[in-house]
Amino acid sequence: MSKLTFARAINAGLRKSLENDPKVVLMGEDIGALGGVFRVTDGLQKDFGKHRVVDTPLAESAIIGTAVGLAYRGYRPVCEIQFDGFIYPAFDQIVSQVAKMHYRTQGRVKMPITIRVPFGGGIGSPEHHSESPEAYFTHTSGLRVISVSNPQDAYTMIQQAIASDDPVLYFEPKRRYHDKGEVDETADLFTALSMEKARVVSPGSDVTLVAYGPLVKTASDAAMAASDEGISVEVIDLRSLAPIDFPAVEASVRKTGRLVITHEAAQSGGLGAEIAASITERCFNYLESAPVRITGFDIPYPYSKLEMHHLPDLDRILDGVDRALGRGNSLSGLEG
Amino acid sequence: MLTDKAGQDAYKAPSPGISAENPRRTGGNLVQLISPEGERISHPEFDLWVSDVTDEQLCSLYEDMTVIRRIDAEATALQRQGELALWPPLLGQEASQIGSGRALRDDDFVFPSYRDNGVAYCRGVEPMDLVRAWRGNASSGWDPYRHNIATQQIIIGSQSLHATGYAMGIQHDGSDSVAVAFFGDGATSEGDVSEAMVFAASFQVPVVFICQNNHWAISEPVRIQSHIQIADRASGFGIPSMRVDGNDVLAVLAVTRIALDRARKGGGPTFIEAVTYRMGPHTTADDPTRYRDANELEDWAAKDPIARLKALLRTKGLLTEEVEAKTQAKADEVARNLRAGVINMPDPAPLDLFNHVYSTPNSWIERQKDHYSRYLESFSGSTQEGAL
Repeated sequence: MSKLTFARAINAGLRKSLENDPKVVLMGEDIGALGGVFRVTDGLQKDFGKHRVVDTPLAESAIIGTAVGLAYRGYRPVCEIQFDGFIYPAFDQIVSQVAKMHYRTQGRVKMPITIRVPFGGGIGSPEHHSESPEAYFTHTSGLRVISVSNPQDAYTMIQQAIASDDPVLYFEPKRRYHDKGEVDETADLFTALSMEKARVVSPGSDVTLVAYGPLVKTASDAAMAASDEGISVEVIDLRSLAPIDFPAVEASVRKTGRLVITHEAAQSGGLGAEIAASITERCFNYLESAPVRITGFDIPYPYSKLEMHHLPDLDRILDGVDRALGRGNSLSGLEG
Repeated sequence: MLTDKAGQDAYKAPSPGISAENPRRTGGNLVQLISPEGERISHPEFDLWVSDVTDEQLCSLYEDMTVIRRIDAEATALQRQGELALWPPLLGQEASQIGSGRALRDDDFVFPSYRDNGVAYCRGVEPMDLVRAWRGNASSGWDPYRHNIATQQIIIGSQSLHATGYAMGIQHDGSDSVAVAFFGDGATSEGDVSEAMVFAASFQVPVVFICQNNHWAISEPVRIQSHIQIADRASGFGIPSMRVDGNDVLAVLAVTRIALDRARKGGGPTFIEAVTYRMGPHTTADDPTRYRDANELEDWAAKDPIARLKALLRTKGLLTEEVEAKTQAKADEVARNLRAGVINMPDPAPLDLFNHVYSTPNSWIERQKDHYSRYLESFSGSTQEGAL
């Protein structure tokens, strides 16, 4: 076991994938000598060469589009999109090509492409640097979408993503890059928890609280605060956003009877809506109250002096827990 | 039929025009080796690249062009008869597709657009597989790895990036094969084509961009797409280019061989503008009489690529009754088989819907497939128990 930051853990996972499979190629803007703007690829070009760790021109559609060609040729490209808000120029290549190639070719052409996306807010960045675009991609069949919440998962799940024969969007919570955690670098990739499985972070019996990526830590903190008030919150880290491990969420909700979902992304059409609807369909009779969503607002990501109001924090999540429990909360007395 | 060997022999010739040694030629005059009247035009630079083409091979090019035109006509007719949902005719572009397609080596890899049926034919794709997707029976008709040609791309210009990425892989592998992207003049307005040229030039990868300038992007004329000759755009990216008469099969063969040779020798990307004309509609869904002048079509009909080669063959005394009969018999047979194949093509099974979305199982789709199969099963026996 070693103590690594989130960013170093991804770096170690990338290194291991580069070592284990000569077909793995990293591509992106500034990922070589600079090591990426967040230093996630630090030292990899030096050790693996410019052909394995490719500094590309500044063109997101081309980064993904050429990865499609490389995948055609049998490579396993790992593309870095520098910031969440820069993924949109590549959107067409991701949803029209990467996602559909396997279906289009009746399974003859595989697209084992991993797309790393530093995402989410909380670091005081300007516009286009703090977005949570995951729902665009969970809505597109053919893509697998995952988000990591801790260094150990960051380390194993990047390797699982690269080893997957399907395309994977790997969302990295950039405000957690410097968080440290224990990482077992000897962990066997295939006995480690699959990237498709959700994980119970802390067990509880009164409310199920679902989170992913950057908000898993916030949700855990909220659960600890709730326990001080005698409320037992079960926190679930989704890990996989497409497909969502609904059986895991369902099992928890059957036990607690209450569901709170939190994410940074805007509420309307977001993953919270999908989870609330799917869980309601699957276990309506077990629910004691309507599912509650604690999310970012339906606004463009705000300027940094206001982002703390936009991002769900511990108190807003607790307010949501109160709502699910029918306790006094900020919306008490409001009809509908 | 032209073979890879023929192309290889030609490489021994001195390398005029663009070559690994002389990569700087850009745009410029239209390369032409056969006049619209069918006269062989001598050209000191480009003749060398087709000097190996025998009389027999000339006849074979004529057969290819005739057959592909016949496939095109048959598919258009099948669409009109309701057997295909849509068809994008290539009428008029036979020389640009056969000339370039026959220049390729088996291990080269092609990324075509939806209109490049002639190129796919050269790669050995069965005619019936050309129409599978247009009938709605599959998303694509063939195995890309069997023919070394990707499935046809519908998003405009997207495949130029795929070809460039594939060429990055070729370079990484140290192979001397080449990736070739085919697209139209309209695609050069798309960002992806520009980004592909940026990447191709940056990494100097073995990719050839073949732009068939057929003068129309649906109803948008090329003049509103580009204020300069399209071939000249490439020089801004540091990519040499050639502008060739796309209705001249020999000239297209020559310039494609030059570009391929350059790529094989590590010379990097080349851009070819094949100046041709789409004589039919964009697809069977549009009506070109609404947007273009009949005189324009008449002018281009006079430059017809097949008539031109036919005139040359006649002048050379090669267009014997035997050659013509053999060519027409082949076209008839291909068309007959295509029609029978389409009409007898079985419909896919309903649950095929869910196949191949992922290469590994996905719990969401498994669930939906299970639910839908139960729904379908609920109809079994309904006629016996039918309430009415």
